[in-house]
Amino acid sequence: MSLLINVTGLALMALIVWWFWLSSKGRPAKRAEGGAIDIVVSDGVYEPSVIETNAGETLTLRFERRDPSPCAEQVIFHKLDVSETLPVGEKTTVTLTPENPGTYRFTCQMQMYQGTLIVH
Amino acid sequence: MSRQTLPIQGATCQHCVKSIHKALEPLNGVSAVSVDLQNQTVTVDGDADRGALRAALAEAGYAADEDDDPGPAPPANDEPTGGDANGAPPKSDAPASEPRDLSLAVTGAHCASCVRTIESALQSVPGVDTASMNLANHTARVSGSADPDALVRAVQNAGYDATPVRDPARAEDDREEQEHRLYRKLVRQTTVALAVGVPVMLWGWFGGTMTVQAGGASQWGWGAVSVITFLILALPGRHFFVGAWKAFRHHNANMDTLIAVGTGAAWGYSTLVVIAPNLLPEMARHVYFEASPMIIGLVNLGLALELRARGKTGAAVKRLLNLGAKTARRLDDDGEHDVPVEDIRVDDRLRVRPGETIAVDGEVLEGDSEVDQSMLTGEPMPVVKSEGDTVAAGTLNGSGTLVYRATRVGADTALARIIDLVKKAQGAKPPIGRLADTVASVFVPTILLIAVATALIWYNFGPQPVAAYMVVASVTVLIIACPCALGLATPMSVMVAVGKAAESGILIRQDAALQTAAELDTVVLDKTGTITEGRPSVTRVIAAEGQDEDTVLRLAASLEAGSEHPLARAILDAAEERGLKTAPVSDFRALNGKGVSARQDDTLLRLGNRRWLEQEGIRLGLEDEARQLSDEAATPLFLTRDDTVIGVLGVADRIKADAAEAIARLRDRDVRVVMITGDIQATADAIAKQAGVDEVLAEVLPEDKAREVEKLQKEGRKVAMVGDGINDAPALAQADVGFAIGTGTDVAIESASITLMSGSLHGVADAMAISRATLRNIKQNLFGAFVYNTLGVPVAAGLLYPFTGWLLSPVIAGAAMSLSSVTVVSNANRLRFFKPRGHHGPRAKTGDHS
Repeated sequence: MSLLINVTGLALMALIVWWFWLSSKGRPAKRAEGGAIDIVVSDGVYEPSVIETNAGETLTLRFERRDPSPCAEQVIFHKLDVSETLPVGEKTTVTLTPENPGTYRFTCQMQMYQGTLIVH
Repeated sequence: MSRQTLPIQGATCQHCVKSIHKALEPLNGVSAVSVDLQNQTVTVDGDADRGALRAALAEAGYAADEDDDPGPAPPANDEPTGGDANGAPPKSDAPASEPRDLSLAVTGAHCASCVRTIESALQSVPGVDTASMNLANHTARVSGSADPDALVRAVQNAGYDATPVRDPARAEDDREEQEHRLYRKLVRQTTVALAVGVPVMLWGWFGGTMTVQAGGASQWGWGAVSVITFLILALPGRHFFVGAWKAFRHHNANMDTLIAVGTGAAWGYSTLVVIAPNLLPEMARHVYFEASPMIIGLVNLGLALELRARGKTGAAVKRLLNLGAKTARRLDDDGEHDVPVEDIRVDDRLRVRPGETIAVDGEVLEGDSEVDQSMLTGEPMPVVKSEGDTVAAGTLNGSGTLVYRATRVGADTALARIIDLVKKAQGAKPPIGRLADTVASVFVPTILLIAVATALIWYNFGPQPVAAYMVVASVTVLIIACPCALGLATPMSVMVAVGKAAESGILIRQDAALQTAAELDTVVLDKTGTITEGRPSVTRVIAAEGQDEDTVLRLAASLEAGSEHPLARAILDAAEERGLKTAPVSDFRALNGKGVSARQDDTLLRLGNRRWLEQEGIRLGLEDEARQLSDEAATPLFLTRDDTVIGVLGVADRIKADAAEAIARLRDRDVRVVMITGDIQATADAIAKQAGVDEVLAEVLPEDKAREVEKLQKEGRKVAMVGDGINDAPALAQADVGFAIGTGTDVAIESASITLMSGSLHGVADAMAISRATLRNIKQNLFGAFVYNTLGVPVAAGLLYPFTGWLLSPVIAGAAMSLSSVTVVSNANRLRFFKPRGHHGPRAKTGDHS
């Protein structure tokens, strides 16, 4: 019994590490193909939350904020110096042209909402 | 057979007539079409459906709104045609919104023909009354009750793209309304959750049994409590679970995750105790039904309080948004009209009456008035505006009336750009916040790991009943951890500080500047336009014996009345200040770099520099006075009448009235102040003396200014460069913080990280003070958040238990958690009361009235 509980606990910890950190690369990504990508901001997540694009291409993201809690109010693209205020119930367009390949995070102010922009 | 008349618009030529014929004739039931260009109507014979006709007109790009129909347009037969297809939108699938105006930002439109296409595309959308596209600012205005999404689709189908834009002030009101609604909802949820949690908790406190006996009444009683508690989790606590689940599917974890897992575990364990008490040892048959509703209630309460506190952080932007005028009085050929500010185009002539707000940026055409620009520049003194001066949107006209020409409208006005800048800067993150960011991004999964580890440690090493201790300790860990406080620490302070700075006329453009400005120890000041006013003015008038100053100044002004030179402007201004009238002169001649001469009443007047007059063979007088002027950094100009010197005028680029005081403030803070200029050493020294600067770098070429800044940086100094932003761009960019001195309302300054809207050097010291206060505030927040979490989590895990027997209750953890983020937001709000210079009189006054 004691062994079972300990093994279960450790397995749970391994599962947490795997799910939130190791496997997160496997998340479905939305590829930008010229047109705008609509991102829904609701219930603590951006949907879709992984966006792929190519360096030097202009990317248009339309954020639709459905969550009225102030946490969702801003979207910040770290390292790209882009931030935008999202009014509730509206679509806000964010246009950016990442110059360098890499992985950029975009989050709300408090980092509860998290998204990833992968630039190839 | 009937006849109907429809309004059209935009038909101007025979080509249009042909197009309309071509559009309408193929339609069913049309037997004849005639276009009346004069009245802009088309008359159609036949039984054609009016809606179809309108659609065809819209397609061709000539549809007009029916209400605009100028003529009587009597449909030959009485009733039936109209109603069904036009007028009201045919079907009400769009949300039944009340009619209102909507603006769309349209991209991809470049020519006049696009305008027509877009307008007709918009007009074909059900519910649109009128649509007009303005190519100049790429905005389409639509009135009616159409669904914004449908409008966007229509524009997209036409080959362009559009996004709805809303009046920012109204958007702000909407936001407030939304937040207020959310606040009430949270309060309601809090009440419901606490209404369940508090009685259960009190029951336990006052000796009620919290354990379950198999088969007894307690099992039924607690079973009922379990169901009620489940309802609390499912209703007021629903958003935590939905958020947690959604985040989980995205391999994310957030605050919702912690609350959901924590309350879920407490409820799950308690319910297990109720359903199958025999599974657990007798000592562990304790229920924790008070924990879930109490936590849900307290966290919701925390969110509500935070929302309240946050509302105030955006006050600065709201204040700026409210500065904008809604309407303006346009002078048209047929008189004056009040028009919405969105309809004003560049070059429109506008009138602003006493006490009104100036609607757009413009140039004064006629009138004189004092304009209060403090809302933009932070400068308390009103500025006199007359013909040729520029005025800025959002500033307040004094007691005069001005007519001005619009030069910048819409999003181009200084006010709009300031709002944009402030909003952008408010979302910025100074480097100090980066650590917190990194921590926040791995925070929640880490807490989950700690919670599981805590449970295992209690299981292996804890006292009996282990099951109960495991649950209590790990639930408390989950609940007490507060990623919000960590995440909010920096952005809240930045948001308040940037807004606060904007109120004082300081625009912070770069996120790092807010932090670096606090660390500055050296300020390099450009001379011209920064320490000095940047334009010459008359500093002294000296009359020769037998003359008086007013005569000298009047004659000089008469001489210069026809000249465009900046020196002439200075002399004319000086004469005007003393109320002197100029007299006409003849034979005016201007000699570049020498002076001017003219005749008046048969006498020859000359005004010029020493060398020229000596060349002309005039014996100079007043030499001592002239030398004295030179020592004061002024250029002496000699006035002669018929070869005799009758006076000397000192003209200089005067130092700003408050420059010396502002520089003294910097030096009081042990900041090293250096003046840099391309001027000759003597002039530079004279200005430096007046300004109270003892370190002078003179005769520096513009391109070498950046190198001088670099030299100081190599000495290990943190250097600010203050300049006008145009000549000094490389030096501004080189400096750790570049301050651009604005010309009052021009914010198009790209090379500087901070722009001072008023010309005053006090802005530098103010910016440093705000930045220090902000940094201190952020540090307090971060310290608080880190300490809270690093102390709270181990205590919750039971670290103190072996020594003192202390174990936190999950309810206390819930209260602490929601208080911690409220504390951060409230602390950031304290910055709103910060005064950059308490001792400075006028500033304090303007602060109060806003």
